[in-house]
Amino acid sequence: MIVSVQHYMVVSAILFSLGTIGVLTRRNAIVVFMCIELMLNAVNLTFIALSSHLGNLDGQIFVLFIMTVAAAEAAVGLALMIAFYRNRESIDVEDFNLLKL
Amino acid sequence: MYDNLWLIPFFPLLGFLINGLLGRKIKNEKVIGTIGTLAIFASFIVSCMYFVRLLGDDIKTHETIVASWMTMGPLSIDWGFLLDPLSALMILNVTGLSTLIHLYSIGYMHGEDGYARFFAYLNLFTFAMLMLVLGNNALVMFVGWEGVGLCSYLLIGYYYEKKSASDAGKKAFVVNRVGDFGFLIGLFTLFWALGQNGVWTINFTEIAANTGSLENGGIIVTIITLCFFLGATGKSAQIPLYTWLPDAMEGPTPVSALIHAATMVTAGVYMIGRMNGLFAMAPDTMMTIAIVGAATAIFAATIGFAQNDIKRVLAYSTVSQLGYMFLAMGVGAFTAGIFHLLTHAFFKACLFLGSGSVIHGLHHAYHHAHLHDDAQDMRNMGGIRKKMPITFVTFFLSTLAICGLPFFSAFFSKDEILWWSFASPRGHWILWLVGTAAAGMTAFYMFRLVFMTFFGKQKTDARAKDHIPESPLVMTLPLIILATLATFGGLIGVPHVIGNTVGHIPNLIQDFLAPVFAHTQELHHIHAHGTAAVEFGLMGVSVGIGLVGIGLAWIMYCKYPEIPARVCNRFSRLHKAVYNKWYVDELYDALIVNPTKRLGTGLWQFFDVRIVDGIVNGLGRCIRGTGELLRHTQTGYTHSYAMSMVIGVVLIIAICVFQ
Repeated sequence: MIVSVQHYMVVSAILFSLGTIGVLTRRNAIVVFMCIELMLNAVNLTFIALSSHLGNLDGQIFVLFIMTVAAAEAAVGLALMIAFYRNRESIDVEDFNLLKL
Repeated sequence: MYDNLWLIPFFPLLGFLINGLLGRKIKNEKVIGTIGTLAIFASFIVSCMYFVRLLGDDIKTHETIVASWMTMGPLSIDWGFLLDPLSALMILNVTGLSTLIHLYSIGYMHGEDGYARFFAYLNLFTFAMLMLVLGNNALVMFVGWEGVGLCSYLLIGYYYEKKSASDAGKKAFVVNRVGDFGFLIGLFTLFWALGQNGVWTINFTEIAANTGSLENGGIIVTIITLCFFLGATGKSAQIPLYTWLPDAMEGPTPVSALIHAATMVTAGVYMIGRMNGLFAMAPDTMMTIAIVGAATAIFAATIGFAQNDIKRVLAYSTVSQLGYMFLAMGVGAFTAGIFHLLTHAFFKACLFLGSGSVIHGLHHAYHHAHLHDDAQDMRNMGGIRKKMPITFVTFFLSTLAICGLPFFSAFFSKDEILWWSFASPRGHWILWLVGTAAAGMTAFYMFRLVFMTFFGKQKTDARAKDHIPESPLVMTLPLIILATLATFGGLIGVPHVIGNTVGHIPNLIQDFLAPVFAHTQELHHIHAHGTAAVEFGLMGVSVGIGLVGIGLAWIMYCKYPEIPARVCNRFSRLHKAVYNKWYVDELYDALIVNPTKRLGTGLWQFFDVRIVDGIVNGLGRCIRGTGELLRHTQTGYTHSYAMSMVIGVVLIIAICVFQ
């Protein structure tokens, strides 16, 4: 069976949806965080597949950027998480509610 | 030669500033009183100098401009002063009387709280009055006009802890505002009407020179003069705006003498005299003025019959005498009106100061005996002539003067007015009749006052009656001077009919004022026509009726003192109506004051509270409510934000894809 670009698309759509559902449903901030990474990687997969399919390198360059940003984000995000845990002794997103009236 | 006219109002202003700003620090009554009196006296000296200079000058009208006030398009207004025979006479009158009354106040106000405040206000008043009479244009006059109104308000409410005094002050101010409104409307209309012919001016001499461009007897000139006359009725206490003057007696007695008898209340008469050319062009207005004047003269006199407060009787007498002056102005007897203004200033100031002297003495006696009787009620007086001989003699002479007995001052001025109201083409025999009747009534109520106060048995409380002192020299000296003027002052205006009979006595005041009034009287043919026999006859009638009034008062209040009570019982309803001043105050309350109050309350409770506040508060409540509603979309849960973001993104993509 030839793995066509459509298959890549479907896989990446499934990954993206899984990530989204994870972000919306999970309460553990680290899991939410990982789900976001999943969504980013789904996007990366789409870029790579289409880049290869269209013979254009732009997509691959974007992926490099996204990976860099994701790394930075992971660093900042984890730091935030730790700071939050120190204050609240929890990393449950339900507790992120200081701005609520 | 006339460049330093500004000195005349300057000295009182200086006195006001010193006493007003430093009075609390000075504290010493003698220093304060001396500063106040000297300031006016200096101004009196300057006035005399200019008066003498004007007498010897061939040119009778002099204007000096001190500074420019404002310039608007074709109109430029200056701080300028005008000296002509009319204003020269007025400044002499104002500064002279003011000096005497300041002197008197040193004694009368002794020991009162706010001694410096009193002298500061009195100086400020004199300043404003001098601006009023010296101003060379209507706006400077208006500054003085408002200034005297302000000082009148401040001085009526001098005993401001007393509610009746502060109420009386407010009443005077509000009633005067009605008149001031008329003055302003008249001024605006005059300005506009003259401007139609290309002359934009409010300068008195220019107004006088350009009145010819207005239609003689036309509707415009009638409206203008009627508006000005409304202003005069407010300031000079004529029907319908006289009600504030009797209440103004709440102020200290020197204030009543200076402001509410001799000077301020005559401002309306002066204003008409100042614009005589304009008024003479409106016969309808002149007739209105004459009728209002005559009606006020007799109406106020009737109220004077039944008042028991010595100052109130004098107040109604002032209203009545002012009515005479307006009657004179209305029939075109401008000179006689100004002449009566002068003589009235002499005798009425003397009467007021005399009554003040009596009140002062009684007050002293009551204080000595620790009593709290009313020192102004004539029913507590009687037989005071033995206690206060100087006060009595001066008061008696002034009373003879106001009654118009031969060769006293008002004999000349009042008879001149009555003669003109009979014989002038603008006059009518009914006006003469009303004026003569009022003269008889004046004689009656004035002698009622004299008999109740100075003659008969002493009705003062036995514990106090032996402690009534004669007033000190600072108070009796002005009385003596004023009584002399009230007795002999009329000789400056001996009518030709007497002057020619006796010898060659000139009518000084008529000759002196001729440059101001003669031109108008020539132009409009206003002259008193009649034979000497008729004039003598009318004179005899008015003197006779005055004697009848005096005789009646003697019978009722001296010979048979039980008569008044019987008359009051016989005509109890009439007496009650007169005693209550014909219920005019109540009528005004019912017709004007209360409806205005109700309108104000209604507007406050409905328009202000409901609509104005409603809009403001409603807007706030609206925004608050919207926020309250939108608040629920902000749950504070990260999930719901993420969810709404996802939904949003999906929607945007869906729109992009399916467009």
